[in-house]
Amino acid sequence: MKTTTSTAAAETRPYSVWVANRTNLIILGIGVLVLIIFIVFPFFDLTSWTRRLVEFFCYLALAQLWNLMLGYAGLISVGQQGYIGIGAYTLWLFSDIIGINPLISVIFAAIGGVIIALPAAALVFRLKGGYLAIGTWVIAEILRLIVANIKRTGGGSGITIQATSRMAQDMGAEGWMPLVYWWALASAVIAIAVTYLLLRSRTGLALKAMRDNDLAAESTGVNLWRTKLYTYLIAGAGCAMVGAIEAMYSLRVHPGSAFSVNWTAYLIFITVIGGIGTIEGPVIGTIIFYVLRETTSQYGTWYFIALGLLAIVVTIWSPAGIYGWVIKKTGFMLFPLQRKLRFAREGETPAPLASGGEKAVA
Amino acid sequence: MDWLNAIIQGILLGGLYSLFAVGLSLVFGTMRLTNLAHGDLTVLPAYIALIIVGSTPRFNPLYAIPMVMVIMFVFGYLLQRGVLNFVVNSGDIAGVIVTFGMSIVIMNGLQEAFTANSQGLDAGQIENMSITLSDQLAIGWLPLIIFILAVVVIAALQLYMSRTKMGRAFRAVSDDQEAARLMGINTKHIWAVAMGVALLIVTIGGVMMGIRTTFNPLLGADRLIFAFEAVIIGGMGSSWGTLLGGVVLGVAQLLGALVFGPAWQILAGHVVFVIILALRPRGFLAKTVTA
Repeated sequence: MKTTTSTAAAETRPYSVWVANRTNLIILGIGVLVLIIFIVFPFFDLTSWTRRLVEFFCYLALAQLWNLMLGYAGLISVGQQGYIGIGAYTLWLFSDIIGINPLISVIFAAIGGVIIALPAAALVFRLKGGYLAIGTWVIAEILRLIVANIKRTGGGSGITIQATSRMAQDMGAEGWMPLVYWWALASAVIAIAVTYLLLRSRTGLALKAMRDNDLAAESTGVNLWRTKLYTYLIAGAGCAMVGAIEAMYSLRVHPGSAFSVNWTAYLIFITVIGGIGTIEGPVIGTIIFYVLRETTSQYGTWYFIALGLLAIVVTIWSPAGIYGWVIKKTGFMLFPLQRKLRFAREGETPAPLASGGEKAVA
Repeated sequence: MDWLNAIIQGILLGGLYSLFAVGLSLVFGTMRLTNLAHGDLTVLPAYIALIIVGSTPRFNPLYAIPMVMVIMFVFGYLLQRGVLNFVVNSGDIAGVIVTFGMSIVIMNGLQEAFTANSQGLDAGQIENMSITLSDQLAIGWLPLIIFILAVVVIAALQLYMSRTKMGRAFRAVSDDQEAARLMGINTKHIWAVAMGVALLIVTIGGVMMGIRTTFNPLLGADRLIFAFEAVIIGGMGSSWGTLLGGVVLGVAQLLGALVFGPAWQILAGHVVFVIILALRPRGFLAKTVTA
C-alpha cells in the first residue's frame, strides 16, 4: 500500500494513482484458490486430465512469453521453436549424457536457452520488423539442422530419453506424470509471474512505452535495444524450459517435432485470438485453442487451415482479440497494469485501495 | 574439377533463388510488407501448372508458364486488394501474422488437395540436355535457361521501375505514400499491382523449379528463407543485389554439400548467411537504409 499522493504545482486538486481495485483483490483471491486446486489436482488421480493439463500449461507458458516479446517489445519471433527444441535436447544431454536427474536438468535447459539466445539476439537484432521475424526462423532452422545432422543425438529420427523413460517405468504413470505436471504448472505460473512483475517494474514501463510508440519511448530515454534483449532472453529461457518439460512428457526427442514451425502457428493463433499485449489474452486464447484442438484436431489439415484463417480474420477486423474487446466494453483488467489517475473530490483525502510499486510522479 | 562444377552449379542455382528473392524484395520495397507466405506462393504456381498440363502431360509444362503467370498475377492482385491492403499500414506485426496465417492456409490447402507426396512436371527432353564442357564438366540446359531468365527478369524489372509510369508510381508510393496519394495515385491499386508482378515473377521460378526437381507442399518455408537470405546478402532494395545474394547462397550451399556431404547443403547456406549478416549487415549492394 505504497502510493504517493501529490499535489502538482499547476494542479489544485490532490490526486492518487490507482493500479488495482477491490475486484482485482477478489480475483486475486480466486486466482490463488485456483492455483491451489491445480497444485493438488494430481492427487485425485485423474491421469488423463493430468496429461491434458500438462500440455495446456506448456502452451500457456509459451504463449505468455511470446506475447511478452510481441505485445510489449514489438519483437515478432517466428523462431521460438528453436528454443523449444534446444530445451528438449538440453534435457536429453544433461539427463542421459551427463547423468543429472531430469527434473533438475529442466533448469539447465532454461540456461541453455539463454546461452543460445544471446548470440542469436546479436544477429537477428540487426534486422527489423518482418525481416527480424524471418531471421529468428533462420536461427531455429540452423539449430534444427545441426541437431538433425549429429549422429549422437539420433539424427533425424530422434532419440528416446533413457533417464526419463527409466523413471517413468520405475514410478509408473501415476508416479511420474504428476512430477511432469508440477513442472508444467510451475512453468506457466513462472511465465505469468515474470511477465506481470516485469511489466510492473521500470522495464515494464519502458516496454509499454515501446509498445505504444517506440520512437517516442526512445526519445524519452528508453534503451530500446537492451529492453528488447531482456524480453528475448526471458522468452528464450522460458521456451527452452517448456521444451524440456515437453520432452519429459513425451519421453522422446525428435528434431522434426521439437523444432517444428507449427509451435509458432499455435502461439500466433493463441495470442492473436486471446488478445495481444495483455496477460489475460493468452490465457483465454489457450483455453479456446485447447477446446478446439481436443474437438477438431482429427480433421488434420482442415484444422490448421481454420486456425490460419481465424488468425487472419481476427488480425484484420479485431486486432485486439477477445480480451481487448472485453477491456473496451468493460474497462476491466484481471491483472491490473494500467495506472489510473483519480482526483479527490472537494475536501476528501484520496485513499487508494491498492497501488503499484512505483511512486506517482507529480 | 569437383569444385569448379559445384561453383558453376551453385551460380546457376543462385539464379533460381534470385527469382524467388526479387518478388519478396519488390513487395517489401513498395509497401514495407514482409510476406511470410512468399515461399508457399512459389510452390502454388507449380501446382497450378500441374493442373493445367494434367498428370499425363497434354502438353509441355514450359508452354503453360505464361498462362500460370497470368493466373498468379490476378491471384496476387485480388489477394492484395481483398486481404493484404488492410494490413499494409497497420505495422509489421499485423503483416507478419496475416501472411503467416496465409502461409499455413496455402500449405495445408495444397496438402489437402494434392497430398504431401512429391510431384513433378515433365518437360521432356530438355530436362536431360546439357552442354559438355569437358569430361567431368557439363552444364544442364534447364539450369542455364533458369539463370538467363533470372537475369532477363531482373533487367526487365529495372527498366519497368525506371522507365514506365507504373514503375514511377511504385517508387513514389514506396518513398512517400501520402504525397503519392495527393498526386492522384491510387495506392491500393499500386500495391495490388506490385503483389501481382511479384507473384508473376515468382511463377517463373516456381514452375521452372517444378520441372527441374520434384516439389511438395512443405517446401514453402525453405523457399521463403532462401529468398530472404538472398535479399539480405545482396543488400535490401537492390535488384542486382538479389542476384548476387542468390548466387552467393547457391554457391555456399553446393560447396557445403561437396565438402561436408549433401546433408549439410542447406545448413552451409544458412551459416554463410549468418556470417555475412554479422560482418556486413547491410549486405553487399544495399540501396535503402530504412528497414
